[in-house]
Parts: sequence; structure tokens; C-alpha cells
Amino acid sequence: MSVANRPVHRPLSPHLQVYKPQLTSMLSILHRATGMALSVGALYLVVWVVFASASPRTYAMFQSFNVSILGRIFLGGWLFCAFYHLCNGIRHLFWDMGYGFELKDAYRSGWIVVAVSLAATIVSWIVGLRLA
Amino acid sequence: MAEFALPANSKIGTGETYKAPGGAKNIKLFKVYRWTPDDGKNPSVDTYEVDMDTCGPMVLDALIKIKNEMDSSLTFRRSCREGVCGSCAMNIDGTNTLACTKYISDVKGDIKIYPLPHMPVVRDLVPDLNVPYAQLTSIEPWLKTSTQPPTRERLQSPEERAKLDGLWECILCFCCSTSCPSYWWNGERYLGPAILLQAYRWLADSRDEAKGERLDQLEDPFRLYRCHTIMNCTKTCPKHLNPAKAIAEIKKMMVERTI
Repeated sequence: MSVANRPVHRPLSPHLQVYKPQLTSMLSILHRATGMALSVGALYLVVWVVFASASPRTYAMFQSFNVSILGRIFLGGWLFCAFYHLCNGIRHLFWDMGYGFELKDAYRSGWIVVAVSLAATIVSWIVGLRLA
Repeated sequence: MAEFALPANSKIGTGETYKAPGGAKNIKLFKVYRWTPDDGKNPSVDTYEVDMDTCGPMVLDALIKIKNEMDSSLTFRRSCREGVCGSCAMNIDGTNTLACTKYISDVKGDIKIYPLPHMPVVRDLVPDLNVPYAQLTSIEPWLKTSTQPPTRERLQSPEERAKLDGLWECILCFCCSTSCPSYWWNGERYLGPAILLQAYRWLADSRDEAKGERLDQLEDPFRLYRCHTIMNCTKTCPKHLNPAKAIAEIKKMMVERTI
């Protein structure tokens, strides 16, 4: 077989390895990641109910996890996921209506989503502590 | 399932370094992806020391200089050198653009150059574009009519013609499609931003009479709806067009025809 006709196993050009991370793609993957985290968090709710229904002792066990450092990171992270997914979901609704596609608008709305979801996380955390 | 790592035959090794000729003071390093089908080796990144005092301002000028003066085996596509033909599309400094309209001075530090991402490599910076071309064929990018041809041109009002602005300028360089993670993971079933912008160019044309047929062809979980509005396409387009917006307009048309 001539060199020209020999089958070639072409390499795949690099993609994630070389493409510059930017707001557009990072917020998109964060939307998906937070969506998955919310699903896991929903299971956590179920576990909560199970522990609460089992006995006061198991409920106390569960609560002691919630107030531990790890538990707080988990719940705080979950709270941020909820707010981010909500805010970016609203951003998606505007896109679905055909608005906000100019690059500067997409960047502005992206940063607003980040800022609002961070602020909402902190505010609701503080309010939650006050109510407790 | 999306494969995030590069296959074994695509992992990139370190290559050779080509020194600038003696006496060169203003040196910039160009790190360029190399692969040849001839030696059975994995791709590598070669480093070229380019003398900026004797080089034109664009990345393409540097590539041509390298090919002429340092390493004639370096392979890349180029033609018009003024952003009209779309041949020299490649990944420069982490984003896709045209080498001919990208200023060397816009890149801080070394200039890293790779082929368009997530494509089979023919050689060096030349990707195999057969799949996107076949996808372009699949949307039948020409005026389709069923009514009797008029005795003169099919007329458009200035307003109808204006709807094609921002669409006809596309040069099919595929910078957008190959910047799209969704196209990376589903490139054989998802049409990608470049082709969908072309599809919208015909959907938006007042003279075209195959709108329903075109929408039927796009109504598919993969062809159209793998677009998740990531917007890497619009961010990277060297002609400053907006494929993400064009895709959103198609999605709106899909909804509008059912209500």
C-alpha cells in the first residue's frame, strides 16, 4: 500500500487542555454542576426526614453534623447552588425570549448572577442564624 | 459519554526548539502544535524563536516567516491574509481566531498555537473539516422556492434584506463550532453554531419558501437543542457575528410555529 493510501489514525486536537477558561463557559458548567449538587442535596433532605422520624437520638446526631464545620460548608454550598441555579435559570429564561445575546449584555448578566447569588447566600445565612 | 481527556495517540509531547538567527534582539517565542502522519509519533509542541524586528505584525506573518526561514515542514492553511477566506482559523493564545487578523502584540508572553480544538488533525495546524462541511450540506444552504419563478429577481424590501445582516458575513472558518464544548462532546450529531447560523440565514430570508421544511429538519434533540447557550461561539467569532443569537432565533421559530 502506498504511503498516501495508508490508513491514518489521526490525533484529536486538544480542547479543554488548551481552551482559555472564560466567563461564558465557566458559568455554563457551573450551572450544570449546581444542578447536580441540588439533586444530591435533595437526597440529603430525605436523609434528614428519615433521621428525624427514627428517634430523637438519631435526629440529634444529624443536627450535630449540620452544625459541624463540614456540615456548614455542605449546607452553605448547597444554599449557594440553589441561588446560583435560580438566578442563572432566570438568565436562561431571558435568553429563551431572545434577549441579552450581545456579548457585553451576556457578560453583565453573568456577573450580576454571580453577585446576586453570593449576596443572597450570605444574607439568607445571616437571617437563618438570627431566626435560629 | 463525553471524553474529557485526550486519547492516547493525541497526548502532546515536547518538541524541538528552533533558535533565532544570531544577532536577533527582539525575540518572541512561538509554541506551535506539530503532528505528522509520517513517523507514527504523538503530537508535540515545537518552539520557534522569532525575530520580531524582521516580522510583520500578525500571527500569520510569524507563521509564514517560520515556514520560509526556519522550518519549511510547518503546515497550515492560509489564503487571503485579510480575514475574508477563513482558512487560517486556529487556536491562538487559548481562543479560536484567524491568524491573519490576530495581532502578535495582543498576546502577552509566549504565543501558543494549536489547531482548531477537538478535531481530527490532518497535519500540524490543519484540522479535518469533513464533518462540519457535511453538516453544512445537510441544511441545504441555498434559496429554496416552490412558487413560479418571477420574470425578474425575487425582490426584498430594505427591511427584509436587513434581517440578513450579521448572517451573510460568516466565512465558515469554524472558530465558533470548535470553541463550543457542546460541539466537542456531540459534534457528530449536534450541528454546531456555524452551521446553525447558516441555517438561520436561510430561515430569515424573506425569499425562501422552505421554512417549515427547514425547521422540521432541525427539530431534533441533537441537531439544534444541544445548544445550551454557553456563548463561547459569540465570544470567539473573529467576524464579530452572533451565532448564539441566531440559534436562539431558530428556537423561537420552533415555539412560534406551534402556538
